[in-house]
Amino acid sequence: MASGTAEMLSSTLTDPQPLTIAGREFRSRLMVGTGKYASNAQMIDAIEASGAEVVTVAVRRVDLDRTKDEAILHHLDPDHFFLLANTAGCFNAADAIRYARLARAAGFNEWVKLEVIGDQQTLLPDTTGLLQATKTLSDEGFKVLAYTNDDLITALKLEQAGAVAVMPLASPIGSGLGMLNPYAIRTIKQRLSVPVIVDAGVGTASDACIVMEQGVDGILMNTGIAAAKDPVRMAAAMKLAVESGRHAYLGGRMPRREVAVPSSPSTGMLESRS
Amino acid sequence: MMGTEVFEAEIALTVNGAERRIPTGWTLADLLSSLELDPRVVVVERNGAILRDRSSFASIPLAADDALEIVHFVGGG
Repeated sequence: MASGTAEMLSSTLTDPQPLTIAGREFRSRLMVGTGKYASNAQMIDAIEASGAEVVTVAVRRVDLDRTKDEAILHHLDPDHFFLLANTAGCFNAADAIRYARLARAAGFNEWVKLEVIGDQQTLLPDTTGLLQATKTLSDEGFKVLAYTNDDLITALKLEQAGAVAVMPLASPIGSGLGMLNPYAIRTIKQRLSVPVIVDAGVGTASDACIVMEQGVDGILMNTGIAAAKDPVRMAAAMKLAVESGRHAYLGGRMPRREVAVPSSPSTGMLESRS
Repeated sequence: MMGTEVFEAEIALTVNGAERRIPTGWTLADLLSSLELDPRVVVVERNGAILRDRSSFASIPLAADDALEIVHFVGGG
């Protein structure tokens, strides 16, 4: 073997450009949520297995009766993870803005995963409210990562409104349906300058891999890991799938052909006996 | 008017949507302490305004009919 093989292999397996959003580099292209785990211990193990740096959290009233230990900061070390607060559950711009401001006052960072939900059943975004809140929060100095649908025009408007990343869905939140419209996701990625992080809908490792193969910058998922039979193992699978999909994208897939092309030489064959 | 004095020693305010009675003169720090809440892991909104400076909690007196929201980070996606 040539002497530089190990070096070459390791450079091939390194992402040449780490995920960078608003000038900040992140150690993983996989971002994970912290909801719906059976226990806090399981959540921590799954997050560790996922290799994620960015973890999302929600803002809620403290349960003053203390029926549950919900405070995530009792479990998650904010020095080891990048806390990305969301505005999940907000159905209008004003509420989402209020939640974002509360989250910022927690004192960790000025980043927010902005959700303005338009419909209870599908949890699809209200893009009018989303654009309005993106503009307001960006003007206030927030780094807005906007959860949106897979519509190019909305994505372009979000970028223009100041979003530092746009987060189109693969399919509805918690559905696990995988990527329903690869064409739309690719188009958004091709047309935007800010990073595109696919958020929601990834159900298993192959879904994550296919999403990354479209060339997007990263994936955010929660239920795909938390609702797996073995969330820790699934988190490890998602880590590999995101890396694998990224390498496959960078490696550049072969063209699709609807005819077979032999992989072995067609010359040098023996005389056929039949 | 037996209960009047007791009543006057307390004020009623709203905390996270529910009415609560606290001794007159309590500060926000007193309330958080009585709720066994670490000020470092909560955010407080008082009458719609976020109280950003945690070091001021001990000098913020609570008033009757104040509406407080005490929030924190929980698991979410």
